[in-house]
Parts: sequence; structure tokens; C-alpha cells
Amino acid sequence: MKKDMRMNNPLNQPAPLKKSLTMLCCIVGLAFTSPVFAALNILACTPEWGALAKELAGDKANIYTATNALQDPHRVEARPSLIARARSADLVVCTGAELEVGWLPLVLTQSANPKIRVGQPGYFEAARVVTMLEVPVSVDRSQGDVHPGGNPHLHLDPRNIARVAAALGERMAQLDGAEAEAYRQRTKNFLERWQQAQVRWEKLATPLKGMPLIVYHRNLSYLIAWLGLHELGSLEPKPGLPPTAGHLSELLAVLKREPARAIVLAAYNDPRGGDWLSEQAKIPVVMLPFTVGGNDKVKDLFALFDDSIARLLAVK
Amino acid sequence: MFKLKSIAIAVAFACASQVPAQAYAQTSAQNGELGSIRSEIKQMRELYEKRIQELEKRLSEAEAKVGKAETAATTAAGKAEQSASKAETAASAAASARSAENSFNPAMSLILQGTFAKSSRDPGQYQITGFVPSGGEVAPPKRSFGVGETELHMSASIDPYFRGVAIMAVAPEGGIEVEEGYFQTTALPHGLTFKGGRYFSGLGYLNEQHQHAWDFQDAPLVYKAFLGNQLKQDGVQLKWLAPTDLFLELGVELTAGDKFPGSDRNKNGVGGSALFGHLGGDIGQSTAWRVGASQLWTLPKDRSYSDTDTLGGAVNNTFTGSAKLFALDGVLKWSPSGNATDRNFKLQGEYFRLRQDGTLTYNDSGGSAVFNSVSGPLQADQSGGYLQGVYQFYPRWRAGYRYDTLRYGNLSNGIVNNAAGPSAANFPVLSSHSPSRNSLMLDFSPTEFSRFRLQFAADKSRLGVTDNQVMLQYVHSLGAHGAHKF
Repeated sequence: MKKDMRMNNPLNQPAPLKKSLTMLCCIVGLAFTSPVFAALNILACTPEWGALAKELAGDKANIYTATNALQDPHRVEARPSLIARARSADLVVCTGAELEVGWLPLVLTQSANPKIRVGQPGYFEAARVVTMLEVPVSVDRSQGDVHPGGNPHLHLDPRNIARVAAALGERMAQLDGAEAEAYRQRTKNFLERWQQAQVRWEKLATPLKGMPLIVYHRNLSYLIAWLGLHELGSLEPKPGLPPTAGHLSELLAVLKREPARAIVLAAYNDPRGGDWLSEQAKIPVVMLPFTVGGNDKVKDLFALFDDSIARLLAVK
Repeated sequence: MFKLKSIAIAVAFACASQVPAQAYAQTSAQNGELGSIRSEIKQMRELYEKRIQELEKRLSEAEAKVGKAETAATTAAGKAEQSASKAETAASAAASARSAENSFNPAMSLILQGTFAKSSRDPGQYQITGFVPSGGEVAPPKRSFGVGETELHMSASIDPYFRGVAIMAVAPEGGIEVEEGYFQTTALPHGLTFKGGRYFSGLGYLNEQHQHAWDFQDAPLVYKAFLGNQLKQDGVQLKWLAPTDLFLELGVELTAGDKFPGSDRNKNGVGGSALFGHLGGDIGQSTAWRVGASQLWTLPKDRSYSDTDTLGGAVNNTFTGSAKLFALDGVLKWSPSGNATDRNFKLQGEYFRLRQDGTLTYNDSGGSAVFNSVSGPLQADQSGGYLQGVYQFYPRWRAGYRYDTLRYGNLSNGIVNNAAGPSAANFPVLSSHSPSRNSLMLDFSPTEFSRFRLQFAADKSRLGVTDNQVMLQYVHSLGAHGAHKF
């Protein structure tokens, strides 16, 4: 080996350190040249909150929805795109009650955005403003994927949507003071329309009262409670566990004694177990949109309830 | 509510029907009693009817109240826009009403892992021939049953400005090691995060992830050969996340540089540094990706490894010089419509190139004492990489394949070139060899918290031999729900 190639004694070589320090300066320099956006940047964890934010903010906000209706909201990954969106978000709108526990804490930490940390005005949890159902007395993972804060699928009760809308509209007004009146006006307008729609839905759904159902996951509890439906059982033997052959045959035995009207799945649920039970018990499977975007017709929150009730009425 | 009503009615009827039955039994007795019994029954019936009516009235009132309350609640929600934030505070106050001494406890979780392993070659004799040994824990798991490291994770906010993370690994043979222990800023503006303490370097892709989150039981060969399995270091890190919709992060690390390819120098100042950049995003709803490039510099001093000379005597080799590692990494994850519960696919690969330039000292004074201490220049330019794919073909079930390769590249040993001192045969570990390995795995995860894995590997790390390995592994986590990195 040529001697000149190892001439410079590496121990006296400060080059790498210099490079790193130069890079450090570059990074800090870059950081301070970051552009500022005028409109409210909103990161919604799930489609229903994205849709609600759109109702309340209109064109005053840039809204990015982290997940789609075909994704299991429990199983989302902290994708780089989510971290990037969280970085410039002024407001994060999520369900809370540990629904997003598998990815949101990581996104919040990695986003390096102090505005949206838990406890800051830029962090909004729907579960904080509604009364939670199925709050467990004790939690242990032997019970499956239980949420200590209660069942987090709270958006399928329109009364909850109204509560969340009122709080969220006010939060937007608080964060974007210059446009506060616009948010309040839009919220008021939304709540009026929502109130009317709710009366309509309740009337429409009267025949559904007491309708016995089998669900996949306990993700329809709020809808069931609101419309007075009757949940006979769930395809999952325990929350978060996929249906097993043993559990399905137990359900079949239950259905023989006490027949259900339908097996109700959310758009993101695996249809296999439901299809089997449907064939055996001779009852239909109903695919509910579950959230905005769950099928082609459901483009907003109003359509979500219109469509869900229509689908249930169709099998009544 | 309906249930309550029907129970009340049923109870009332049951009581009422018992009375006439008793009365009938007594008809054979004195007729004089009959009249009084009749009137008694009448009274009772009236009383029960009255009670039932009262109950029904109360029930319907209660129902109406609930209905009203519900309507009132929604109307209130509609009206009380301004007071909503107050309500929220009240709700959160209620939630924390049960706070006790332990309410500030950090999130804790514990990782349990272990293996049942079989290998055709002695794991104790493991080496990656052709590459300077890293001194890390790179050998395959011990034969038969073996408990892996038990890890205790703790994390919480320190105060409004910092977050703290500690991960302790309890080694199966005893002893606790600080796997990671760092503080991290949470309130810096402009997308900056500063981290200090002991942490896994942001270099590459797999390095920042914990071993229990890996898709195979062990690290790729490049990690074993060039980073001593995984690069954890003591130092500081500054990261900047760009305010763009495309994920772009740049990071710089200044460290003690005491871990392979560096070594403890017992010198003031900074001993190693690293730069990394990552770029990531989505392609439609189904695919997410991330790519990265990193560079690490360090200045090892008297970094030693042992070898055996031609006579079978122990040799201590030390290296002093510079080491530069360049890394490229990429990962792509696919799932139908982004729903990974049912099926998903993950493709991941990394390429490393390690260049070392310095002085190697051969010392056999502790063994055969033929040459004693001989020094010469050592220059090595070696590279390697791996590519792996893991497919979840059914809920809970995944299968994966990994191909590992290392390239011997250019290794110039001045001592051997000199021809006067020890020959190449006295450096068996540095014999020309390009290792490779094929691994297959199948894992079953009953829930997010438990996993069982079966892994086969044909490992050609050692010159001229293939080590066939079979491993059955479990990885379980208990406690707080951990969030995994992408």
C-alpha cells in the first residue's frame, strides 16, 4: 500500500467533526427559514373527524385525514407521511380513549411540533366531550384489546357528533382568532342542520327498535345504544381477536335459540367469518360504511347516517 | 327500562295469583270467611293495580326525563359553543379526579423473549471471516432453550420541555444494561428535536428499531460485521423535520465514538459523528415508503480483537486509525387500501460500506512470542447488504425471506505485504471470504402483544462451512401499548 495514502494521521484529523458541525449549522439554518402558512392546518386521525372539521372550517382550513374508512383505526402505522403532516399541523383532531395509541404518540413525538402535544390547544380529543360507553371496571389484556377509557367508536351516535362539533368549533375559533366568528357561525349552522337531520333519522329508524344484530367488533355500540338496537353477540371472541371456528359455532347455537336480523360489519372488517355465519344461520350480512368514505355514497357525515339507517332498514 | 317494567308487572301478577289460589283452598272451610277473603282479595288487587299504575307512571316519567335530558344535552351542546371548552376542562378534571400518587408514573412495558435453537456449528465459535471482529454480541443464540434479554421500557414527559426514555435490558446471565436512556426536547420550534444520552443511532433503517421489533430473530450480517449488531452510543443528536408534505428529516449526531467501528479513546472531546437524512411518503392509499442515506465517522484507537497464529498461539491485534461507514436504506410497505390487518407486505433493504484506514499492530507476546509486536498499515474497503421481504398472508400469519451478503472487497494488510513479519496465515480471521446467508421465517402473532417465530438460516459467515440454524422464538410485550416505528 502506498505510503502517501495513509500520510495524514487520522488522530489529528478533525475533518469529520467539522463536516458534522457544518451540517449542524445547515440544519439550524434551514429550520429557521421554514415557511409559514396562513390557514389552519388540521390533521384528523379518522375520516369522521376530517369530515366534521370540513363542516366547521370550510375553506378556512387545510385538512388532512390520516386514515381511510377501509383501515382498522386500531392498526395504523406511524407512516412518514403522517409525521410530515403532523409537523405543520396547528390542530390534531382525534378520537382519544386509546383508539390511536398504536401510532399517534409516535407521530406526535416525531413531528417535533410543540403546538399539537397532548394538553395543548392544538390537541383535540373527541372522547373528552362525550359520555363514554362500556368503560371497563377493570382492565387486563386477558380480556383482549380493551380500552380503559371506554369504547372509543363514539362517532356513530349523532348526539356525540353534535357534542364534539360544539367543542371542536370553539377550539378552532380559539386557535384562529382572526376567523373566530366564521367558525362559530359555521358551527351554529352545522348544529342546526344536524339537529334537524337527527330528528329525521330517529323517526326513520323507529322500526329498527329492538332489532337483534350480530356485530363483528364492538364498534357499533353507540349506534346500537342510540337507535335501541339489540346486540346479540360479536364475531370476535374477544375485542381485537379474529373470529375463530369455535366461537362462530357458539354464535350459531345462540342464533338458533334467538335469531338475529343481520350480521353487521364495518367496511374495514374481514368479511370471511360473517359470510360463513350468514350462510349457516341464513341471515344477511350488512356492510355498514362505519365512517365517511366507507362506501361510494358516503361523502359526508349526513350521508353516513342516511346510508347506515337505510341499510339497516333494508334488512328489517 | 322495558325490562324493569315487565319485571315489575310479572312480580305483581305472581303475588296476585298466589292469593286466590290460597283462598280457593280455604273454600271448604267456613263459608263465613269467604266474604272477608273476597274483599281482602279485592283490596289487594286494587292495591297492586294502583301500585303497577304508579310504577308505570314513574317509568314513563323517567323515560320522558331521559329523553328530555338527551334533547337538552344536544341543544345545550348546540348552544354552549363557548362553554364547551369549559365542559371539556370539567371532563378532564373528572377523568383525573381519581389521580393518586401513581398518576405521574411513566408508561411502562416489559418485553419477554426467548429461543429454542439448534445450529449445526458451535455458536461459541462464530465468526464472520474476512472482517475485523466487532466485539459485539453477534453469535447465533445459544443451543437448546435460552432466554433472551428481558427489556423494561419506561417513558414519560419530564416537564413541559423534555421527555425521558429509559430501556433497561436484563441479560439472561445477569446484569442490567442501559440499552437506551435519553432525554429529548418536546418544545423546540421549527421542527427541531434534540436528544442526549444513550440512544440507537439514526443511521440506516433497522438500527433505530429495537431487536424485538425486527422481522427476523437476528440482525442482518452487515449489522453484525459493521456495527457490532446494532449501534447504540452515548452522545447527542439534533434532528430537523422539514415543514413539507413529503417527509424529510436530517440529523446529526456527535458521540463518544466508543462503539464499533470506533473504540474507547480515553480522550477529551467528540470521538465520533454521524449524519443522516431520510425521505418518505405515500404512493396512493396502499403504499408507504422511506429511503435514507447516512454517514458515520469515528476514530478507533487500540481497538483490539484476538486471533490465532499458525502455531495455535493467541494473538492480540489492535487497530488505530479512522473508520468511515456509508449506508443506504429503503423500506416499502404495502397493504390493500392501507388496511394491514388482513394482508400486508414489507420490502426492506440496506447497503453498508465501511472504509478503515490506519495501523494494525500484531502482538503474539501472550502466545507463541515469535514476532512479538509488529505494526503495519491496514486499509480495508468492504461492503455488504441485505434484502428482505415479509408477507402477511393471513391475519396473524407472516412469512419472510432475507438474503444477506458481505463483500470482502479490498483489504490490504501492510504486515503481510511486508513479508518480513507474520504471514497471511497468522491472520485467519482476515482470510479472503465473502460471507452470505439465506434466512426464512414464519411467524404467528395471536395479538399485537405476542409473537411466535420459526426461523431457518443457512449461514455462510465462516470460511468454507455452512451453519444450518433452526430457531423457535417468542417475543411478548406486556404493559403499556407501545407504538412501533414505521
